[in-house]
Amino acid sequence: MHEWALAEAVISTASQLAEKEGISEITEVKIKVGELQQVELDIFEYALSQLKTEKFKNAKFIIETVQAELKCRVCGYQWLFKKDELKEEVQEAIHFIPEIAHAYIKCPKCGSPDFEIVKGRGVWLESIKGSQKYDRPKKDDNK
Amino acid sequence: MIDPRKTIINERLKEIANIIAVSSGKGGVGKSLIASTLALTLAKKGYKTGLFDLDFTSPSTHLILGVKNVTPIEEKGIIPPVIHGIKYMSIIYYSGEHAAPLRGEDISNVLIELLAITRWSKLDCLVIDMPPGISDATLDIIRLIKRIRFLVVTTPSRLAYETVRKLLNLLKDLNIPVLGVMENMKMQDSNFIRKHVEEAGVAYLGEIPFDKQLEEAIGDVNRLLETEFSGRIAEIIERNSRLLVPK
Repeated sequence: MHEWALAEAVISTASQLAEKEGISEITEVKIKVGELQQVELDIFEYALSQLKTEKFKNAKFIIETVQAELKCRVCGYQWLFKKDELKEEVQEAIHFIPEIAHAYIKCPKCGSPDFEIVKGRGVWLESIKGSQKYDRPKKDDNK
Repeated sequence: MIDPRKTIINERLKEIANIIAVSSGKGGVGKSLIASTLALTLAKKGYKTGLFDLDFTSPSTHLILGVKNVTPIEEKGIIPPVIHGIKYMSIIYYSGEHAAPLRGEDISNVLIELLAITRWSKLDCLVIDMPPGISDATLDIIRLIKRIRFLVVTTPSRLAYETVRKLLNLLKDLNIPVLGVMENMKMQDSNFIRKHVEEAGVAYLGEIPFDKQLEEAIGDVNRLLETEFSGRIAEIIERNSRLLVPK
């Protein structure tokens, strides 16, 4: 149920962003979820629905899954992460800490564990939309 | 795009009264043993204590505590298991016996992930065992944990102190509180470290003699707490308890 912790982070960040942007009611939240973390979308969506505050009452959560792409820093080979090729306990370890992939996955071409996670690591808040019922705080207001 | 994990970190840490990073510019000075013994001693004195091993590429506190066949509970995040009375978190639960070769960016990501998902609950003190140096982990801890205070470890070696001196300067420049310096593995009388620490305006917390029995106590917490090493740390804690756990 580690999806709850990630959902909590998304709600908290979206709320802060709405505050900053002067949005009083959020209508849309776009989230990107990287495949490497293997977030269970059903649980994640349920957690979002349970954790959302009044500000999100009419919000639509749009979740896009991003394929995880890895690139070897030694030979430059680029490949896609495939969880089915890993043991269940390894999948679970990567689920909690995606960088643990470096302990278990090696470049299929040269065998190096020194690779870059090009995309598809974890959870990102892409954007929010909503109705602005009050003016966005201006920079001059802080002076 | 925004990384949502950072906004939740302070929420996760809000019930922790004191957060102490046990750090040094140099490796091999005894940080992990001091961090583990500090956490065990505080727990023994009745403080609710946590220990977080932040040395992701070379963790060792699990060996000191003799941690085996334990995994955190998953409950709306992860709940650290209680080991010998302390809430204990380490990358070792996930990397096991495997080497985890991580670059700076990966280290930052692991740290942010664990800070965002670990539910420590109420603690009097969280002790963090830092990796050596003033690289990614040190900079990230300073960036992410606003209430962090440092306890710095050195040996009598001038080589060790040269890097410790730089760490102390960095922390001073960044206005990060330093609880003081512990001088570990003392083998002969010398005033060198005390003099330089005090000249730098930092508290000299005390010295810990080199303890030949210590290696044999690794993995056996009861034996560890009976060593001269642990006795000295308990004395230092006793003398400085208002500084270490003021509330």
